[in-house]
Amino acid sequence: MVSEKDVQHIAELADIGISSGELGTFTHQFNEILEYFDTLDTVKGDAAATRDLYNVMREDETEPSLPQEEVLRNAAAQEDGFIKAPRVM
Amino acid sequence: MLSETSIVFEPDDKFNAFLTVCNRATHTGGKLAGVAVAIKDNISTRGIETTCASRILKGYVPPYDAHAVDLLRHAGAAIVGKTNMDEFGMGTTTENSAFGTTLNPHDTGRVPGGSSGGSAAAIAGGMVRMALGTDTGGSIRCPAAFCGIVGLKPSYGRVSRYGLIAYANSLEQIGPMGKTVSDVSTLMQVIAGYDCHDSTSHNKPYTHIPRADINGLKIGIPQEYFGAGVDPAVAAVVQSAIGRLEELGATTVPCSIPSMKYALAAYYVTCTCEASSNLARFDGVRYGPSADTKKPWHEAYQEVRRAGFGAEVRRRIMLGTFALSSGYYGKYYAKAQVARENVRKDFRRIFADVDVIAGPTMPTIAFRLGEKSDPLSMYLADILTVPANLADIPAISVPCGKAGGMPVGLQIMGRHFEDERVIDVAYAYEQAVV
Repeated sequence: MVSEKDVQHIAELADIGISSGELGTFTHQFNEILEYFDTLDTVKGDAAATRDLYNVMREDETEPSLPQEEVLRNAAAQEDGFIKAPRVM
Repeated sequence: MLSETSIVFEPDDKFNAFLTVCNRATHTGGKLAGVAVAIKDNISTRGIETTCASRILKGYVPPYDAHAVDLLRHAGAAIVGKTNMDEFGMGTTTENSAFGTTLNPHDTGRVPGGSSGGSAAAIAGGMVRMALGTDTGGSIRCPAAFCGIVGLKPSYGRVSRYGLIAYANSLEQIGPMGKTVSDVSTLMQVIAGYDCHDSTSHNKPYTHIPRADINGLKIGIPQEYFGAGVDPAVAAVVQSAIGRLEELGATTVPCSIPSMKYALAAYYVTCTCEASSNLARFDGVRYGPSADTKKPWHEAYQEVRRAGFGAEVRRRIMLGTFALSSGYYGKYYAKAQVARENVRKDFRRIFADVDVIAGPTMPTIAFRLGEKSDPLSMYLADILTVPANLADIPAISVPCGKAGGMPVGLQIMGRHFEDERVIDVAYAYEQAVV
């Protein structure tokens, strides 16, 4: 069982933003779904095998890319050819 | 350089199938010269708004084409618009779109299925002959079944995911949807093949022409696809379609997929975990509605994401964050990967003995609008489609009759990279009943 406090904490970890009015519904749905996930407790077997693709890395060489103005076109806040982000300090 | 021309596209979109319509769509010559093709709105289209049916991408215009779209343009297709979907592909009805639900052309009181509901309704409603969808846990096959059209989830690795706005990378594929199996096959010829921009891409082009000969084919019929939770009326329609395949020379053998008991939980743990990571990029900085840069970053991101994401998307991001958090990883994600491997093993065992597996695509006909209001009951509807995604195998849905006046889909699953074979079986059935 997860509590409203747990859901609030997860919402903060995920930067999801949650209002107190939604907390009850989300917590109820969370518990229903997690209870269903509990079926996995009884699963037996080995972990997934590796895939059959190898060495998908390429040499670190410059390849064609988008011009700066096209990359910036969708960013709402810009300054001097850079994308502006919220402050971190 | 091929000369460019254009077509006029002005559909009477009574079903809200489109989010963006390109009234004048340019195209060149080629295999699909001038054919109107609709694209699901989570696939990037250069110069055409691409929102994933989410407010958080409202106004986003991709600066590049997805590889599949690039291939379509080079084949001469006219990209006529972007189709409605469940937000970021999260849903089974298209009701989770931020821009209104799509209606089922067969009964506008019902959902078209999802998440590629707009693409399916655009085809079923006669607005386009073919469209691209994406399938993470059934999102091509479900709406194909509910709307009475054909839809293929290709083998994982066969169609490039470059430019597909990611939701659950290890499960999803772009795939063709169409009125007929031939249309789906033609579209597959264009979009399949190796792409260096997708590190999971395989060099497996598709050059197949459908053949209706299935004499001697061995079909596995899994008991789980006709058991509890499957509407008996739907099961009966599908049984009779399988009878038709037997008349065409195929033989059937019963089989069992015991790992299906865990498949749905394994699927939802995996996809929510992948989503929690993938959707972290939507923070209003590089695209979408702007974050308040004067506020501290957590506060600014929370504001943007609360306003921009719908309830189901926020629920899945939180579920995935929880399942991956310290102390729970072993209980959820690690166990889900074991369950996923068991599904793969079950299919490998069955395919050692049979050529394809057949059953219903969906356990019911299309739901009424608003019928699936609680998330878990919506998730349970995906039980017959998620196994193919977990096992990376190809699966097609082809219309096979009606129950309660609504279309029913016959699902054919095949070995990994045997997309040609599932196409042939669907084609044989389709040709026998037209």
